[in-house]
Amino acid sequence: MLYALKIAIRYLTASRAQTALLVFGVAIGVFIFIFMSALIGGLAEFIMARTAGDMSHITIQAEAVDPALVLPSDGRTVLLVQEASSQATAVLKDTPAFIPLIEALPGVIGTSQQINGSGFLTRGAQVTQVSINGLEPGRESVIANLASYITAGTASLGAGGVLLGKTLVEDMDLRLGQTVRLQSSGGVEALLTITGIYEMGSGGPDRRQAYVSLATARTLFKMPQGVTRVEIKLADLYAADALAPRIRALTGLDARSWTEQAAQLLEALRAQAQTGYILKAFALLTIIIGVASALLLSTYRRRPEIGIMRAMGAGRWFVTVVFVSQGALIGLMGGVFGAAAGYGVLLAFPARESFGPGQSGLPIDITQGAYGLAIILTTLGAIAASILPARAAARLDPVTAIGQ
Amino acid sequence: MTALLSVQDLVKTFGSGDAETRVLRGLNLAMQTGELAALLGPSGSGKSTLLTILGTLMHPTSGSHTMLGVDLTRASDQALTEFRNLHIGFVFQFHNLLPDFTALENVIFPTAVREGRETVRARARGQDLLVRMGLADRINFPTANLSGGQKQRVAVARALMNSPELVLADEPTGNLDRASALQVMDLIAEINREEGTTFLISTHDEKIAAVCRRQIVVGDGLLTG
Ligand SMILES: Nc1ncnc2c1ncn2[C@@H]1O[C@H](COP(=O)(O)OP(=O)(O)OP(=O)(O)O)[C@@H](O)[C@H]1O
Ligand SMILES: [Mg+2]
Repeated sequence: MLYALKIAIRYLTASRAQTALLVFGVAIGVFIFIFMSALIGGLAEFIMARTAGDMSHITIQAEAVDPALVLPSDGRTVLLVQEASSQATAVLKDTPAFIPLIEALPGVIGTSQQINGSGFLTRGAQVTQVSINGLEPGRESVIANLASYITAGTASLGAGGVLLGKTLVEDMDLRLGQTVRLQSSGGVEALLTITGIYEMGSGGPDRRQAYVSLATARTLFKMPQGVTRVEIKLADLYAADALAPRIRALTGLDARSWTEQAAQLLEALRAQAQTGYILKAFALLTIIIGVASALLLSTYRRRPEIGIMRAMGAGRWFVTVVFVSQGALIGLMGGVFGAAAGYGVLLAFPARESFGPGQSGLPIDITQGAYGLAIILTTLGAIAASILPARAAARLDPVTAIGQ
Repeated sequence: MTALLSVQDLVKTFGSGDAETRVLRGLNLAMQTGELAALLGPSGSGKSTLLTILGTLMHPTSGSHTMLGVDLTRASDQALTEFRNLHIGFVFQFHNLLPDFTALENVIFPTAVREGRETVRARARGQDLLVRMGLADRINFPTANLSGGQKQRVAVARALMNSPELVLADEPTGNLDRASALQVMDLIAEINREEGTTFLISTHDEKIAAVCRRQIVVGDGLLTG
């Protein structure tokens, strides 16, 4: 139907200003569509980067030692319950056996063996409660990217070194290279040098976390072997739900996906995405209504011509194609212009790599603009919008249309 | 001369009940190929109505309509569209041309719409027709810029594009001054003479009617002359 297309193009170019306005209107709709896609996608990315990105995707926590029940065998109800001692920490013993198995799984980027506990940081007369996190030297940045948060010193943990958050350092008026006293909840003390200061941007870790080497943690918590927790990082954090059961089956350990704790976060992200869909649907609806009304007006204005074409032997199908082609062309042009404008404007926003602490402004992700989808949906929407006017045109009675 | 078309007991009514208008009341008409006929009658007598029915643009309320041996009375819209394209040309009084297209594009429309594109052959024929209509210097002119007489000559050229057996013209010169009207009429008479195309031309103008060899007069929904 090349000839119908030629006529459609001629009609569009004949009323240049009207067509330009129409294409401009469609382009605005497409722009909103793309902007919403990039914003919603960027927001999700941003929230993920700030929370889930630094999280362990699968965590194996040593199971708490249950208070032992002692039941006498003679049936008399003497029940002895041993109090769970706060000192008795649960331990994962056979890490050398299962860590290689986990690391061999596809999608696993790295593992981090940790000894966690609580303690007190002392400097002179000042005492602050901290949670102590013993990490393997060389693997400090496997889970949270510690190295990227360092503002002074280094992220690498040596024996006798400690990493402290910026807020804590400021609160206690400490400096890099100073010596502090760290006492574990078990009463063991160590003198440590501040070898690095980090700023994650969120209050908790910056104020209350002390990173030490695994060896230091062993001393502090009197744990010559084993760890209290293994954290696992995946290439795709959404694979955690599928991988956690596999790790459970493989190791017999209680491996848990991050989503179990982050159900609310995921719910919020989903709601946010849905809001985005609704806004995009409205943008599309506006496009469809705009194109439909403009084309309806155009069919009305061109009634006599439609009558002439029908008298000259143009079938209903031909007339339909002429008007549907106009809709398709408007949609395509508006889509391409809107997508190009959207891309151009989004370029002005900071790249997604900068999503992190300290980033300000809208977290817009230019890679999530859904440009192709926007163009395709707009073209399809414009075609759908033109069907009603095209049918009206095709059903015109040629005699009344010519108005003789 | 052979039979080209015939209508029998043609009735056309518009509206219904009290608002019913009986425009044609059992009209009979036969035409032979090669005729050059004028359709006369007072205003409102049904000339345009008859032409649109003969042009298959409108179905009669009752009666039969055949042309070239084909019963057109109850043919489908698609069949009529094809028939019209091949066998009938039109010249109207107003709104004849597509204003956003050149003279040549207008002329070749009936062929292009059938073939799905504008072929070189169609263009060549369109040019010949425009030259014949004395419009050699207006071939690629936008029709919006043509004078009334030029527009009607383009319309005649377009009506002839597919070499139809019948050309129906509804007051083709109604909008023109005497000189332009006669120029258009002379061209029609020339085509009729040389190609044998049948013309049926409605008019109120005695001078135009005088060019035609046959006068058909409508009155009271019937032929009276
Ligand atoms: N679509 C219609 N609905 C109702 N009445 C109509 C319709 N078309 C035509 N008529 C009526 O039919 C009658 C004949 O109209 P027609 O246009 O055929 O006359 P005409 O002979 O061509 O007149 P004129 O010389 O003024 O062009 C008129 O009374 C007109 O009002
Ligand atoms: Mg009339």
